[in-house]
Amino acid sequence: MVEPDYLKFDTLSLHAGQEPDPTTGSRGVPIYQTTSYSFVDTEQAAGLFNLEQPGHIYSRISNPTVAVLEERLAALEGGVGAVCTASGMAAFHLACATIMSAGNHVVASRNIYGGSHNMLNLTMPRFGITTTFVDPRDHDAWRSAITPDTRVLFAETLGNPGIEVLDVPAVAEIAHEHGLPLMLDATFTTPYLMRPIELGADIVMHSVTKFLGGHGIALGGVVIDGGRFDWAGSDKFPTLSEPYDGYHGISFVEEYGHQALSMRARAEGLRDFGAAMSPANAFHLLQGVETLPLRMQRHVENTTTVIEFLEANDAVSWVSHPSVRSHPDHELAKKLLPKGAGAILSFGITGGREAGRRFIENVQLASHVANVGDAKTLVIHPASTTHQQLSAEDLTAAGVGEDLIRLSVGLEDPEDIVTDLARALRASQKG
Amino acid sequence: MELTFQEVKVNLATGGVKIDESQPAVLLVHGAGMDRTVWSQQTRYLAHHGFSPMAVDLPGHGESAGELLSTIPEMADWVSGLIRELDMGPVRLVGHSMGSLISLEVAARHPDVTERLILMGAAAAMPVHPDLLGAAERNEILAPQLMTAWAHGARAHVAGNPTPGLWMRSGCQALLERAADGVIYNDLAACNSYEAGDIAGQIDCPITVMVGSEDKMTPPKATAQLVAGFHEVDLLHLEGIGHMMMIEAPDQIREMMLSALQ
Repeated sequence: MVEPDYLKFDTLSLHAGQEPDPTTGSRGVPIYQTTSYSFVDTEQAAGLFNLEQPGHIYSRISNPTVAVLEERLAALEGGVGAVCTASGMAAFHLACATIMSAGNHVVASRNIYGGSHNMLNLTMPRFGITTTFVDPRDHDAWRSAITPDTRVLFAETLGNPGIEVLDVPAVAEIAHEHGLPLMLDATFTTPYLMRPIELGADIVMHSVTKFLGGHGIALGGVVIDGGRFDWAGSDKFPTLSEPYDGYHGISFVEEYGHQALSMRARAEGLRDFGAAMSPANAFHLLQGVETLPLRMQRHVENTTTVIEFLEANDAVSWVSHPSVRSHPDHELAKKLLPKGAGAILSFGITGGREAGRRFIENVQLASHVANVGDAKTLVIHPASTTHQQLSAEDLTAAGVGEDLIRLSVGLEDPEDIVTDLARALRASQKG
Repeated sequence: MELTFQEVKVNLATGGVKIDESQPAVLLVHGAGMDRTVWSQQTRYLAHHGFSPMAVDLPGHGESAGELLSTIPEMADWVSGLIRELDMGPVRLVGHSMGSLISLEVAARHPDVTERLILMGAAAAMPVHPDLLGAAERNEILAPQLMTAWAHGARAHVAGNPTPGLWMRSGCQALLERAADGVIYNDLAACNSYEAGDIAGQIDCPITVMVGSEDKMTPPKATAQLVAGFHEVDLLHLEGIGHMMMIEAPDQIREMMLSALQ
């Protein structure tokens, strides 16, 4: 039996989206640090503005350096297209704003990043879009929360901060049974560990700032269009299926079909909301993506070493990571994440909030920052930082206890990471 | 644009503008398992450059309803009937791959509806690899994967989409994956069993053929055999381009089409 001679993942990480620069021969991706692009003539300019022909007009809408990153991320995820944004939150907003309008409703996992929770819970209702939050493991809850106004189901591939593994095929099936797309934040897994589109997801978004970039020096986000969802299958998605006056009555579904979401998100979303990624950031993030397979492999190996250490330490009351046998999603993780369940884990420190504070203040190698997915090991106490805007009730619902420490395991020598954690844990117990 | 033809919904993309009956009509016919959107880089341009383009979804494809048609001659009869239904006179007919076979048949057997012919990814015969045909018959994802792999030139497997952010390989595969079960097999079987015979010699309208140097599905040699049978033809080469030339080289194709259509 013949096989498709597709370029493999590691090769695409290095090459997808880029050809040597036609003018200079530059092998590296050049930084096109420009706001605008010279038109050949008025006819070409009109054609570009009217979507008659592809090309760059203004870097808020597209930029050649950013376009390389977009094409590369779409390639790695198996999507038909991608739109990069200034941050992961900008990507989340762009996706929501592209497919929804006032009066619409979201069903979302309750175990998501605090910023995403805030946007859905507090900000979007001001614009008429409401959300029902559900336990991501409770499939009946997903089903029963869907209303006639629901337009998307949203979750993270690995929940935050409890590292719940989403049963992507099952939740995708629920969404599709109701004629709805499944949108996933796949920041914690990256396409190296999981390709959600192949599992049934329709829209994938990332904070590219995290593992995809890996270096913690540049912000960025991306919306990736799976291209498999039938936007014209109902009248629920008029932004894609109905004529749009913004481009003289064009219907994105009629003209672009399976690429309608990508085209509308750029043509309207970047044009009107303007949350564009800078070309310099795209360049930095591309350097990270080039080594994604190598880095993720090492992240997973180091995480295994750290988990073994934590499980044996008396100052640690529990460890939560899908690779741990006691984790409720251990078997699901083996099925959906055969290369590993990522490098973010949480653990409970004996002694609660005060011990947690002493631990954080005594790590020397690990960095205390509001970030994850860096090449460097990062640590944070969510109840006082990323999730501090949540009410006590929402904190409990999101599984964030006062003793919870979140660790993003980096690429340092694993012995050095363990030595640092051991020292801080000892200090945490000297009350 | 939707219309009802033979009591069935037919969908056509018109470049996002209303059909202007005073402009020359251009009917664009897609290939096996695909739909109107393969022409998305051309239709809107043509609509704003003096033509009324209509990229049709064949029955059972894209947003068109209806039963699949199982042979190229049946598809050609349907297309010629649709052209008459449109009542815009003879059209400029543009076909890609299976659509080129359909267009050949229309031009040969229904010359009254064909003013001019543009063929892309064309050959007198389109034998299909048995592994591909088998995968399509079993509705396996391998069929879209093989078609996508073979349908693009080497460059398109890495980069080169002039539309910012779009990834060609998954674009093609997703399009094929969206086809209902049986559609790809139906179309590939129709291509596989089709023999053009001496049909090329029966066509009298102006013909333009576009061929990609890296086309593995209808290789330049196969296109040359077809072209040899035409009385007169304008043969245009695209260097480094594969079978999906409208998507791989949309700028070149737009310019070539505009020139050929005039």
